[in-house]
Amino acid sequence: MVEFTLPKNSRIRTGRTWPRPEGAKNLRTFRIYRWSPDDGENPRVDTYFVDTDDCGPMILDALIWIKNRIDPTLSFRRSCREGICGSCAMNIGGTNTLACIRGMDEYDGDIAIYPLPHMEVVRDLVPDLAHFYAQHASIMPWLETRTPEPEREWRQSIEDRKKLDGLYECVMCASCSTSCPSYWWNGDRYLGPATLLHAYRWMIDSRDEATGERLDQLEDPFKLYRCHTIMNCTNTCPKGLNPAKAIAEIKKMMVERKL
Amino acid sequence: MERKRYVTDFKRVEGLGAAHDGVEHWWQQRLSAVALVFLTPFFLFPFARTLGQGHEAMRATYGDWWNAAIAILFVITSMWHLRLGLQVVIEDYVHSKPVRTAALVANSLLSVAVAIGGVFAIAKIAFGA
Repeated sequence: MVEFTLPKNSRIRTGRTWPRPEGAKNLRTFRIYRWSPDDGENPRVDTYFVDTDDCGPMILDALIWIKNRIDPTLSFRRSCREGICGSCAMNIGGTNTLACIRGMDEYDGDIAIYPLPHMEVVRDLVPDLAHFYAQHASIMPWLETRTPEPEREWRQSIEDRKKLDGLYECVMCASCSTSCPSYWWNGDRYLGPATLLHAYRWMIDSRDEATGERLDQLEDPFKLYRCHTIMNCTNTCPKGLNPAKAIAEIKKMMVERKL
Repeated sequence: MERKRYVTDFKRVEGLGAAHDGVEHWWQQRLSAVALVFLTPFFLFPFARTLGQGHEAMRATYGDWWNAAIAILFVITSMWHLRLGLQVVIEDYVHSKPVRTAALVANSLLSVAVAIGGVFAIAKIAFGA
């Protein structure tokens, strides 16, 4: 839904400024979005000071440092701490990215951290991704075949395997989809760049036998054609992928099968 | 998003399924855009040259079959392009079902009306009224 102002209970207030760590020489200031479903309060932005001499170099290190040393109630998702699980996606310094592969030194001044935009918040930096995952599941993200399974393996030429580069690396962190205005306004029906990139990944897999079915499923003014090539997805992707191009390729295939 | 109903995420994503539509719309919007790249200067130059020189000069310009044909093509193509483009804007931003339907209908009617009016006006000038 298009909303020009936040509803009253979503307006962000200035929160608590937590004490500076004693004896620290090098400090970085973090302004972090906080919201709890339990207290009926509006969201707030808390200020934390991180002792960079006592902490690892990445943003995720700082968040873990804050949770361990200052405020154990700060909630966020994290797992692999090396950009492969996609858990710690959040909006850092105004851009969606993965906290674990961004260094504190990449940001000037105070570092502002918010949850992924325009998603329902479960708590603090944890967005509700249930709908996003269901959208991904809806495009059959698996090898679909009718030919009986070969005894050893589905074979693929080196050239055909290369076509999957730049697509298979997606870790479903949702940075791209939640940076897309079309997904903000129509995310209930528009599948969003992450899901469409995965859809394309299976369409051009030389081993997959359901390309037509996959195209049929996406041929819809909302599921696919809400993409207006805004390119926020490609700008923000922490893995350097190009979902906008994948979507453009799907649109080309749609036309190709009509001409 | 709807929270009060006990609807699963898969059910919500499925919605009413794919409309199997949208390719023609997308393709026509691109085609009309490319056509307008060529039509617009060919329409604008003779129009601007004649503008302010009175009725007789206009009749001379659009009495030329080439100028009249380009002008008619320009009006039809640009209105068609406008209809397609505004439709997307309405679908993007207007979420109330009755308002959206009314806006989509009004968009179609208005662009067709302007196109018909434009073609009639050009024909009238061209055939010397």
